[in-house]
Amino acid sequence: MTLFKMNVINKSNLMIRNAVAFAKFSTLKSAEEIKQLIDKNKVVLFMKGVPEEPKCGFSNAVVQILRMHGVTYDSYDVLKDESLRQGIKEYSKWPTVPQVFINGELIGGCDIMLSMHQSGDLIEELQKAGIKSALLEQKDTKGSN
Amino acid sequence: MSNLTAPVATAIRKKLSSNLNVLHLDILNDSYMHNVPKGAETHFKVVVVSDQFNGLSLIKRHRIIHDLLKDELQNGVHALSIEAKTPDQWDPKDVPEKSPPCKGGFGL
Repeated sequence: MTLFKMNVINKSNLMIRNAVAFAKFSTLKSAEEIKQLIDKNKVVLFMKGVPEEPKCGFSNAVVQILRMHGVTYDSYDVLKDESLRQGIKEYSKWPTVPQVFINGELIGGCDIMLSMHQSGDLIEELQKAGIKSALLEQKDTKGSN
Repeated sequence: MSNLTAPVATAIRKKLSSNLNVLHLDILNDSYMHNVPKGAETHFKVVVVSDQFNGLSLIKRHRIIHDLLKDELQNGVHALSIEAKTPDQWDPKDVPEKSPPCKGGFGL
């Protein structure tokens, strides 16, 4: 009887251990899954909240910059998915969100986007990906007037 | 600020100044702008001016700083805004860009 009880306890312990191991494993999206998301569009943004309602000032700033440049992009809300929140940081070896990818490559977070926006480098970076910034179009129109 | 009142800021200052040849270093605690207890050390902005950034892209400069502050980022620092400049890009009269207001989401 005692032996039986011990067996039951051991079995349930093993089940708990397996469940914990599975939970840990499933809290991280695989690099392959994340790469698929990043490859879906030329510009991909991982952020807190959604573009219509950002839940963080840094994410909001990036949304505003992309809007100014008239860029269409895919966005993913890391607050909705813990496995994505941890997975994206692991994938890019970048510890914070937001993160902007252009043509599959990490461009940076809010500070770098702001700096590239101010220096004009963002227009160039978008051009490399075959995207014409709306700011450039405005300049062209002004120039031809 | 002393170790007693701001241990995280002190650690950040120490790590950046001892590992990078800094010409200028600002550590700003922006935590008060967020939904955290008074005196918290969760949100920081650093302005780092170093000749070691010469010829490096912004992303590489940020990665160097992330790496030096790995422990802090894993233990309580939720947001780290970075201005990483070379001496040529820096004007002592520059005022650091103000961090955007919080919009309620919590965590890194």
